[in-house]
Amino acid sequence: MGLVAVSEDEVRHVAALARLGLDPARIPTIAAELNGILAHMDVLSKVDTSAVAPVTGVGAAGTPLRVDGGNQYPLARPRDAFAPAMRDGFFVVPRLATHEDADTESA
Amino acid sequence: MSAAALSVAELARRHAEGTAAPTDAVEQAFARATEVRAGADGLNAILAHDREAALGDATQVAQLHREGNRPGPLAGVPVVVKDNLATLTMPTTCGSRVLEGYVSPYEATVVSRLRSAGAIVVAKTNMDEFAMGSSNENSAYGPARNPLDPTRVPGGSSGGSAACVASGIVRVALGSETGGSVRQPAAFCGVVGVKPTYGRVSRYGLVAFASSLDQVGVFGRTVDDAAIGLAAIAGRDRFDSTSADVPVDDYRSLATESLTGVVIGRPREYFPESLDARVRERCDATLDSLRHLGATVRDVSLPHTDLAIPTYYIIAPAEASSNLARFDGVRYGPRAQTPALREMYERTRSNGFGPEVTRRILLGTYVLSAGYYEAYYKKAQEVRGLIATDFRRVFDSGVHVLFTPTAPTPAFPLGSRSDPYEMYLSDIFTVTANLAGIPAMSVPVGRVDRLPIGGQVMAKHFDELTMFRVAYAIERALGEDAHQ
Repeated sequence: MGLVAVSEDEVRHVAALARLGLDPARIPTIAAELNGILAHMDVLSKVDTSAVAPVTGVGAAGTPLRVDGGNQYPLARPRDAFAPAMRDGFFVVPRLATHEDADTESA
Repeated sequence: MSAAALSVAELARRHAEGTAAPTDAVEQAFARATEVRAGADGLNAILAHDREAALGDATQVAQLHREGNRPGPLAGVPVVVKDNLATLTMPTTCGSRVLEGYVSPYEATVVSRLRSAGAIVVAKTNMDEFAMGSSNENSAYGPARNPLDPTRVPGGSSGGSAACVASGIVRVALGSETGGSVRQPAAFCGVVGVKPTYGRVSRYGLVAFASSLDQVGVFGRTVDDAAIGLAAIAGRDRFDSTSADVPVDDYRSLATESLTGVVIGRPREYFPESLDARVRERCDATLDSLRHLGATVRDVSLPHTDLAIPTYYIIAPAEASSNLARFDGVRYGPRAQTPALREMYERTRSNGFGPEVTRRILLGTYVLSAGYYEAYYKKAQEVRGLIATDFRRVFDSGVHVLFTPTAPTPAFPLGSRSDPYEMYLSDIFTVTANLAGIPAMSVPVGRVDRLPIGGQVMAKHFDELTMFRVAYAIERALGEDAHQ
């Protein structure tokens, strides 16, 4: 942790994963900012957590699992009042031309 | 007399008796907002309002009462809510361009519950974009300002709600908490701010930031105003499976109790050498007052406190990077006009998000990405366990509540903190309660150079009752000194 600084290439990679378009001129600044922040995270690597389980949440108490089924959430207005357009009960949305960039998708 | 000069309990009582009219209270809230210039040309605390709907609701509250319906505890009381809570007649923008003009097709449960209790929602309040910030300077609609000194920040991210209460527009406001976003602005603006236990309040209709930390919170002019506000929104909600099925206490029931038998912990890590001496002095003076009311004050230790900011600023951005994926031009947000799918996503998002949100999405995506997940995200989750254990051990040792400063400094000048991490340190005393899921609240404990200082009371999970008991005692003990 903290051994490798975030490079400009990594900023581009992470931005692609996050579907964020970045101004190329801003990338060096963003890399510097991320490195500045992550430097403060290094302290965690020195903490012995070998006997600790990861905590993913703190809300288990009093929150029993619900029935495995969809809730019917009440809407104040009918769907066609806020849909861009509707046809035969379905939302009509603008066509996206192609998936021509699929080959460049990152893992 | 302005409606906001009366306590929530007194105003609701007058409305119930018919000696005051809810429409007058609403008109007075709007008049006060004009007087203090709460809009974009002044405090910039309010992003949207709907006078017609508010007056219609006020008329309906009065009508229901005339027809023999029991008035609620907030009968005819004007309130404001943060702009990340879904409302039906006003937009819900989260302080972001990506949601500009968005009107929700459903209402947040907390808003419905306030309205069921008789409250009149008069406005939506300014906030840091998607609740990411500690100063309100990250709002896409410009920063809100501190009513006590407009050259300073009101705190964040719920700065607009705090400013509305502090400037006398309303007595109760809703905000949201992920790392201190109600308590810190409450401290900066000299009002009361409550973060309930994780799960105490429904999040249905709260736009998600970091789901293992988020919780709706309440501002009040006084402890009693906040207690009434929290009681109105607390409790299980079938639309939020993370809301807890735990009975809601009467938070006002111990308002006048002495503190005999109450053990208050003073965690030494929250009073470091570097703490502003004036903040320390005010907090220690408050503890002395509580001793006089019968409390026992005990020095305690929460040894992993210094790890809280790094832990929080890994976990919260990681969760945010996932939650904010929906603002992509397909599910939410104005779609950038380009035929290529990836470019459409990227342009929509980069047009819609401001610098801090972009920074946190990048940071969160980085710590979740292959090669870094174990070192950052998993490690932070483990340290979160240590921080939660610190609190459990102290409470198990017989301590009922902890008392600390809410923030390390008073409100700072607008534009004075340009380094992101320096800004993150504003949350140093508040993020721990979110990481551990415990309730915490900020209460005014005095002023330094005319700027308010907040003292923080933290309690065990779902023990808001004891937390309020101590908060009432602080308010009683300090009296006017809390605002001087």
